[in-house]
Amino acid sequence: MPGLGTSFGRGGATLGPSDLVNSDAILIMGSNMAENHPVGFQWVIEARERGATVIHVDPRFSRTSAMADIWAPLRAGSDILFLGGLIHYVLENKKDFREYVIHYTNASIILPEEFKDTEDLGGVFSGWDAKNRSYDSNAWLYGACVGGGRVAPKSAGRHSGRHSGHCKDGAGAAADLGNCECDPTLSHPRCVYQVLKKHYSRYTPELVERFCGVPRERFLKIAETFCSASGPEKTGAICYALGWTQQSKGPQIIRAAAILQLLLGNVGRPGGGILALRGHASIQGSTDIPTLYDILPGYLAMPNLGLDSKNLADYVATHRDPTGWWWNFDKYIVSLLKAYYGEEAKKENDWGFNWLPRVTGDHSHQGYFLEMLDGKVEGLFVMGQNPAVAGPNSRLERKALSKLKWLVVRDMVELETASFWYDSPEVERGELRPEEIATEVFLLPAAGHAEKDGCFTNTQRLLQWHQKAVDPPGDARSETWFMFHLGRRLKEKAKQDPRPRNAGLSALTWDYSVEGTMQEPKVEEVLQEINGYQVDDHTLVTGFTELKADGSTACGCWIYSGVFPRPGENRANQRNSQDLWGHGWGFAWPADRRILYNRASARPDGRPWSERKKLVWWDEQKKEWTGLDVPDFARTKAPNYQPPKHAEGDEALAGDKPFILHPDGTGWIFAPKGLADGPLPTHYEGLEAPVGNPLYPDRQSNPAAMRDERPENRYASSPDDRFPYVMSTYRLTEHHTSGAMSRMLPHLAELQPEFFCEISPELASERGIENGGWVTVMTPRGIVEARALVTRRMRPLLIDGKMVHQVGVPYHWGSRGLVKGDSANDLVAISEEPNVRIMEAKGILCDVSPGRRARGKAALDQLNAHLGRK
Amino acid sequence: MIKEILTRWPVVRQLLTHSDGTGVEAMSDRTRNLAPKNRDAQVARSVCPYCAVGCGQLVYHKEGKLVSIEGDPDSFISRGRLCPKGSDSFELLTHANRETRIKYRKPYSTRWEELELETAMDMIADRVWDTRERTFEEERDREVVMHTTAMAHLGGATLDNEENYLIKKLFAAGLGMVCISNQARI
Amino acid sequence: MPTSAFLTDASVCIGCKACEVACKEWNHIPDDGFEWSGQSYDNTHALGASTWRHVLFLEEKQPMGPQLAGIEEPFRWQFLSDVCKHCENAGCLEACPTGAIVRTELESVFVQHDICNGCGYCVVSCPFGVVDKSHEVGTAFKCTFCYDRQRDGLMPACAKACPTQSIRFGELEELRREAHERVEKLQDRGYNDAQIYDPTGSSVGGTHAIFVILGQPEAYNFPPAPEVPTIHLKSAWGAALVSALVVVLVVCLAFAL
Repeated sequence: MPGLGTSFGRGGATLGPSDLVNSDAILIMGSNMAENHPVGFQWVIEARERGATVIHVDPRFSRTSAMADIWAPLRAGSDILFLGGLIHYVLENKKDFREYVIHYTNASIILPEEFKDTEDLGGVFSGWDAKNRSYDSNAWLYGACVGGGRVAPKSAGRHSGRHSGHCKDGAGAAADLGNCECDPTLSHPRCVYQVLKKHYSRYTPELVERFCGVPRERFLKIAETFCSASGPEKTGAICYALGWTQQSKGPQIIRAAAILQLLLGNVGRPGGGILALRGHASIQGSTDIPTLYDILPGYLAMPNLGLDSKNLADYVATHRDPTGWWWNFDKYIVSLLKAYYGEEAKKENDWGFNWLPRVTGDHSHQGYFLEMLDGKVEGLFVMGQNPAVAGPNSRLERKALSKLKWLVVRDMVELETASFWYDSPEVERGELRPEEIATEVFLLPAAGHAEKDGCFTNTQRLLQWHQKAVDPPGDARSETWFMFHLGRRLKEKAKQDPRPRNAGLSALTWDYSVEGTMQEPKVEEVLQEINGYQVDDHTLVTGFTELKADGSTACGCWIYSGVFPRPGENRANQRNSQDLWGHGWGFAWPADRRILYNRASARPDGRPWSERKKLVWWDEQKKEWTGLDVPDFARTKAPNYQPPKHAEGDEALAGDKPFILHPDGTGWIFAPKGLADGPLPTHYEGLEAPVGNPLYPDRQSNPAAMRDERPENRYASSPDDRFPYVMSTYRLTEHHTSGAMSRMLPHLAELQPEFFCEISPELASERGIENGGWVTVMTPRGIVEARALVTRRMRPLLIDGKMVHQVGVPYHWGSRGLVKGDSANDLVAISEEPNVRIMEAKGILCDVSPGRRARGKAALDQLNAHLGRK
Repeated sequence: MIKEILTRWPVVRQLLTHSDGTGVEAMSDRTRNLAPKNRDAQVARSVCPYCAVGCGQLVYHKEGKLVSIEGDPDSFISRGRLCPKGSDSFELLTHANRETRIKYRKPYSTRWEELELETAMDMIADRVWDTRERTFEEERDREVVMHTTAMAHLGGATLDNEENYLIKKLFAAGLGMVCISNQARI
Repeated sequence: MPTSAFLTDASVCIGCKACEVACKEWNHIPDDGFEWSGQSYDNTHALGASTWRHVLFLEEKQPMGPQLAGIEEPFRWQFLSDVCKHCENAGCLEACPTGAIVRTELESVFVQHDICNGCGYCVVSCPFGVVDKSHEVGTAFKCTFCYDRQRDGLMPACAKACPTQSIRFGELEELRREAHERVEKLQDRGYNDAQIYDPTGSSVGGTHAIFVILGQPEAYNFPPAPEVPTIHLKSAWGAALVSALVVVLVVCLAFAL
């Protein structure tokens, strides 16, 4: 989300699948859309039937490749080289959509002298702190601008500690751009456009061929095709998924796509933009209303000890931008605190700000599982997730579970996370013995989606309500039921114990009505709280523009505000679709805008770029924005509006600035703030790679990424004779994630019954592997066996003169279910991308040998013997 | 009455309609009365629980029991279609391996035991309170910390927005748990 | 009543198998066992008593029309969902001795498993190898064309689920027209081997499940000229009559001599 968030302002897909029908070209990369979003893929097929060109770039020839017009093989991990190559192509051939770029992006901003690019410093940007292996988060601000305006407060730079990757960019007052100098001719050597050009000057088609494995002509064909879907009459869209995100530089890959789309003028226009294809029913929701450690609902930051948490005023100052929409930041945090703490949240106690827990380190999945392995975590709740199979270094995760004092698992089946103590490879290998595992385990059955009310937020930011059809069976209950009744019990305990530590819990508003024999909470009441209401009389608010910072409003998630604007009007439950974008069906955040940044679908003067690509435009008669979508812009702000001096908030943005969440209203080609590892995407190799970094030999991999190295989490060298092949994990359409929702079901299990490894005929021949046989796959972390699927769809690539073999490993199997198998994630390391702490599961090194692995403890001996080889 | 019985005999029907015994005249009562199982069922409008496309689903049910689940043709996203996983949603909710009772494992035990729901809830609340009591940190260097890192939560991408909201609200804002994560990253 | 038909189009099939699952779910068909084939992504193997939609996976050294895929040599991966053809002249129906297999008012071929006695004659009479006997139940099963759904004006489960509408459902002549248009459009775009599979030239007399395929029917295990075994009926009976006459003659001679 920071990739899109820093580029455009919000961490979410800018369009939905149905809008692809309007695309003239679709680039699918880091995604196997036909495989993993088959029903969404119908829109790609529709687009293709209407004449769009579909391009797929991927290490494997998959079910998506089969339907593409152009496919190119790619070495896993070299995505930034490829995308940088496209950017280079656009700049060299002057294919950018010039008028869009000048008005709607920050290409013309002149950067301060102090800024140094990776080309200047051999692979890092200015601001690199080698000792702490991190960047000064204020190093790339435009902030030292001359000529008036506010200057970045000095204190913003002195904070240590890592800034949250998921929250809004944290620019705060420091993002004030004052009166920065611009060069609308884009020729000043220090303007963003020229700095960009220099940054990507070496990303030539020849380099792409040599290090990505994409033949030069195929690359140029793709570049020509995609880059011509640009300009007033054409648009192109980019679709990506975990092929991009599960890398040690994931957000930067997305940034590269965002830069390309800004240069081509595709953002905010029909058939353009970036479709982030997310993988779970409500994963967008679980990021918006986050069960994540570093953010609060609506991308507000969790208070971070030493960074922003001294008091509410400091916190707001750190995060509230003086210009752009985030000027309203204080309204959202205060309204959230009122929703959480109700009457007890008062101005005198900073609205309960000090009841919020402070982040003091890495409390992410990876972070706390490592702590768990070291015995520092006593208890764990797992709801609808299966780290024993799907967590990175799943061997380590299963062992970590055995160190817990208590574990509560809620799911519809007895999955591997609940049975690790008696049914797991560790038990089979004697690494764990049930009699020695102290973990108290509760497995509580969970209700399924048709057995409860509630809403999901899908990949296009759309909230859709699912209606309860039947009661859950037996003791199965919804998570709402569980959380409510657990909370009830805990609040009782807090009541008996009025120490300061329990004040927040006591203050917590928790009086949802319950109904029926099961005493199920009324879910709509929770959604209404999320929507927001006036504190005095509980009137629902109709949108986030009604929220205030004076404690008179409460709102559980400001970006969702408007989903329940009046009693009885649950917009997530509306099913009266009016058009291709689904107005009338569900509620898209924010404010039901379907295509984000759609001001950019009109010219600076407010007229559509073309009849063919019209979406939103200025009505001179009515003096307001109108069109086919809800304008993502102040409705009555004229296109030629110029802000007065010292204007604040949205009023400080001119009428031709579509990216309203940004303090300067532009799309950020150069991201001055918000990412921990650089303002411009740079090619680094993965944490393990078969070659050295061709651009910066001294900076092999992302310098800010973390390896969490320890005996259970070792890495190969780059390259490594013991692990010569490049591996990526992925999904199959017949299964779903860790398999708990597919391996247990006969109709899905039979479609893909065994764990297999996809291998090229060349590799099979080299290692004596036969199709249908078995292979053993090893990495420094683990050893698994899989069936051998030898296919032309996998191919070795010539990389810098040497043959690099790639293999593919679907990750759906575990020790439970109708079909069982080894877990591919036993092979993956726990690593942490610096912004969002995601692991690298694509482009890692492995060995593949014919035959099954040894059984029991002997498997570990086999692995250790292999590790010991020189 | 006799006429009615006779006309149910395929041979008689065949003779009467001058047909060759391979058409509707040869249909059994069962065949002639065939009806889709979701006829007269109630419908709940739902959303597929698998991936993030969010296909519309129609959940057919009768008398408190699920009958079938298929696509919702009114959905502008899916137009009534479902992938193999979405198509298997009925099985997801009704398959034989679905857990419906609490399973409880005592420390060091080699087997599962049963537990009543309310008892389990009480025990879990006790565990939470106990762990929190011993590990809670109120302040550090005279700055508010108000957290515990000894308890953690994992989960969310398959859960409803309202569920994730209550989890963050109770666990973080109420209990001070900071170790909260789910499948989502970017 | 209009003749129900399927048009299945390989050029937009993504091989997802939603059709297989939707069919099994609707018809409460059990799984076929969990046996990995090693043949591309096809672990369903073939149509049978408990598989009424089967997706084929073909990895071929040929181009898919104008697609730029293969690097040193052409390559394509195509998919197709196979189904009972509901033949105009159906071998299974003609062979059935009990009247269990009937032609419905929708012109589809339906097996009444409350009548079927499990003789298995239909199994060997189908030129496409579709209908089969279930080992567990002992009677014959195949695609019902969702006869129960069609009764209420609902489309078959597979056609409804298909994400890309590779499986289309409608009236036979209408779909035949669509198929021709589709093949023309594909050929214009450079899919030189696009063609329709609808064997009207042999004794089957055409099917109610037609296909747009890329390449020869044999590649999809489709017989180019499928025949109903009963075309041999005349000559078989003729041969039987001749044999009977010969036997009678020989016996008479034996007694006479």
